Amino acid sequence: MKILVTLALGLAALPSLAAEYAGFLPGKSQVDFVSTQMNVPVNGRFGKFDGQIRFDPAKPAEGQARLEVVLASIETGLDEANAEVAGADWFDVAKHPKAIFESTAVESLGNQMFRIQGKLTIRGTTQPVTTEARFTEQGGAGIFAGSFKMNRKDFGVGQGIWGDTSVVANEVEIRYQLAAPAH
Amino acid sequence: MQTPQHTRYDGVAILLHWLVALIIIGNFALGLYMHELKLTPWKLQLYSWHKWAGVTVFLLAALRILWRLTHRPPALPDTMPEWQKAVAHGGHHLLYMLMFAVPVTGWLMSSALGVQTVYFGLLPIPDLLGKNKELGEALKVVHEFCNFGMAAIVFGHAAAALKHHYKDHDGILSRMAPWVR
Repeated sequence: MKILVTLALGLAALPSLAAEYAGFLPGKSQVDFVSTQMNVPVNGRFGKFDGQIRFDPAKPAEGQARLEVVLASIETGLDEANAEVAGADWFDVAKHPKAIFESTAVESLGNQMFRIQGKLTIRGTTQPVTTEARFTEQGGAGIFAGSFKMNRKDFGVGQGIWGDTSVVANEVEIRYQLAAPAH
Repeated sequence: MQTPQHTRYDGVAILLHWLVALIIIGNFALGLYMHELKLTPWKLQLYSWHKWAGVTVFLLAALRILWRLTHRPPALPDTMPEWQKAVAHGGHHLLYMLMFAVPVTGWLMSSALGVQTVYFGLLPIPDLLGKNKELGEALKVVHEFCNFGMAAIVFGHAAAALKHHYKDHDGILSRMAPWVR
């Protein structure tokens, strides 16, 4: 009897204990950006991306995330700008179709906040990036939401006449929401 | 007692008229030129300048309306037939409306296309509309339509002024251009 009760309690407690998330939910994920044109923030978004997340809030240090963004899926709001940034001066999607982020370390900051360090590769250039994200669990999904700032020119994005940052700023903010199903 | 018949607009009205005329014509030409350009930083810069000039027209037009409502313009000469007076008044009303409609449609179109208007890069004008590509494209057509309407009426306005000056010799042009005799 005692064993049965213990078992039942253990089973009841199981879902919350085993809150591990693995895989990727593109439909609940989002990759947006904010660039600045002559002091005016302009919002955009990437329509296509895929990822892989493995995360257990109880063991954050073991967490891993990888994201691949299809750069040609950019939506700036203007067709001519979409075509321009896919071109050789910007992402050069013919040679470098994807931007890839791969985490290298995850640490808890408390209060559901986590610091994620990783490597970001765009146009064949890899740079370290650090971002802080809030992790929430809702409806069977674990969701990371956060942002970070990067300099486009560190990756050679925006060359030639676009190298001048007085019209289109160097700094770009990336805002993301990445979801994985409970495992 | 006889009130002296004033024969020309006052200095402020004249200054505002020609200032707004200059900016409108320049900005109309700029709009025609820039939208054909290939996307470059230069083009983005021109778009910003175009928007700033448009906001300026809007503000000056508001000032003109205030001035016009508080300062009576000279009466049209009695030699003018009634129908001509009616056409002149109608045209002036349309010009005032378009001085607002053109910048306002440009501002709404910018908002819908996701590029906020920031006056001189410093003063953000709130977006009344959220980002919506289809709406933005539709407003582009409305902005264009208002502009070509404006161009047609400005052409008629200038042609009428010249006709009054060179054919009718009734002093209409020198009411707004006192340096012309």
